[in-house]
Amino acid sequence: MDKTVADPATAVAGIGDGMTVMIGGFGGAGSPIELIHALIDRFRTTGHPKDLTIINNNAGNGHVGLAALIGAGMVKKLICSFPRSADPVVFTDLYLSGKIELELVPQGTLAERIRAGGAGIPAFYTPTSYGTDLAKGKPVAEFDGRCYVQERWLKCDVALVKAEIADAHGNLTYRAAARNFNPLMCMAAAETVVQATRIVPAGGIDPEIVITPGIFVQKVVAVAHPRQEEDLNRANAVYPEIA
Amino acid sequence: MIVKLTNNQIAWRAAQDIQDGAYVNLGIGFPEKVAQYQPPGREAIFHTENGILNFGEPPPKDEEDWDLINAGKKAVTLKPGAAFFHHADSFAMVRGGHLDVAILGAYEVAESGDLANWSTGPNGVPAVGGAMDLVHGARRVAVITDHVTKDGKPKLLRRCTLPLTGVGCVTRVYTSLAVIDIEGGRFVMREKLPALSLDDLQSVTGAELLVTGTVADLIVPEL
Repeated sequence: MDKTVADPATAVAGIGDGMTVMIGGFGGAGSPIELIHALIDRFRTTGHPKDLTIINNNAGNGHVGLAALIGAGMVKKLICSFPRSADPVVFTDLYLSGKIELELVPQGTLAERIRAGGAGIPAFYTPTSYGTDLAKGKPVAEFDGRCYVQERWLKCDVALVKAEIADAHGNLTYRAAARNFNPLMCMAAAETVVQATRIVPAGGIDPEIVITPGIFVQKVVAVAHPRQEEDLNRANAVYPEIA
Repeated sequence: MIVKLTNNQIAWRAAQDIQDGAYVNLGIGFPEKVAQYQPPGREAIFHTENGILNFGEPPPKDEEDWDLINAGKKAVTLKPGAAFFHHADSFAMVRGGHLDVAILGAYEVAESGDLANWSTGPNGVPAVGGAMDLVHGARRVAVITDHVTKDGKPKLLRRCTLPLTGVGCVTRVYTSLAVIDIEGGRFVMREKLPALSLDDLQSVTGAELLVTGTVADLIVPEL
């Protein structure tokens, strides 16, 4: 078994128009920038994929990565918890002019909806958002004297994930707080595509330290020197014009 | 003219109530200051929603590791005994009642304990982050805030006017003038600046302040 693919373009080739795509990361930490940029490259050459629904905690920052994907006009709808950033102009302009749809979800609810999607749990109850505008229209139930809001699972066609080390079977480790949503999204996707700083043969990762077991991963591609969104933004980078 | 507490002094006062060994989440922005004023001899463990327990001070400039950030996306460092985890575990810590205290900012707090701190209304881009989760998990949910808005209007009210973050969730409010508990749907006085009379304080508060015992002097160092 070898889940390795040759390059980011091949890795994201399965993403088509109208698909729902989860993208890992919290801000720039754990954001699979090279996979996102490969998707933008295909759109610029072929006009596809478009009308994507993107699930991420944020709405991008600056003009690289997720912000560049949104700026390219490929995204119809964003599901996120915090669409503000140091430089949120790309999303903000499209949102305020009604050109992109936003589903705002509390951060812990977003994480649990993704986890539920990956774990085969169609709905669950959470105390979060009870009595607020974000609970409007959702079923409420009382358990042991306290009120809870029903939330539905989230699943996706493809998840784009950044890992530190992958083996040929797709077992993954992450680096520091770049873990965040990535392991959950691996579970909730029909196809999980991973960019890893290093790919090792099966047996190259101690099973005791595997964070995401390979059953949740379909493709891995090596990106030896991944860019960090924060570094790119400090250099005022604009994709696709990165030197 | 009453000299109110600075933000640093409000943060200092809130820090005095954090016990040794407590697990604490500080909201992004102003509440982050609380970490600077831990009393000597006490060690709190700070939690950040994006998957770190026991993070510490920011690193020196140009030594940032952008995989090591807090919920405000600022670079942090690790203290001995730190741990990383994914977002579902992080919010299990939050909603599951494992945090001892969360300290958050506020636009408005109601005497019922309702909190409004995520939206100033329908204009602009809405963003909620982890605020709605945090108010329903920590054993204690405290607010630090100026006592009034920039225009001098009360922030402590009978009912919130802005969109709610959570219902009946706040247990204590540290303001620039006083320390007030929320008990049984009422604001209960605990401490106030010594130069301030109860009438003065009531005149800048949008709900009745209840006195059930001694109101201690709110005394903080110069900071």
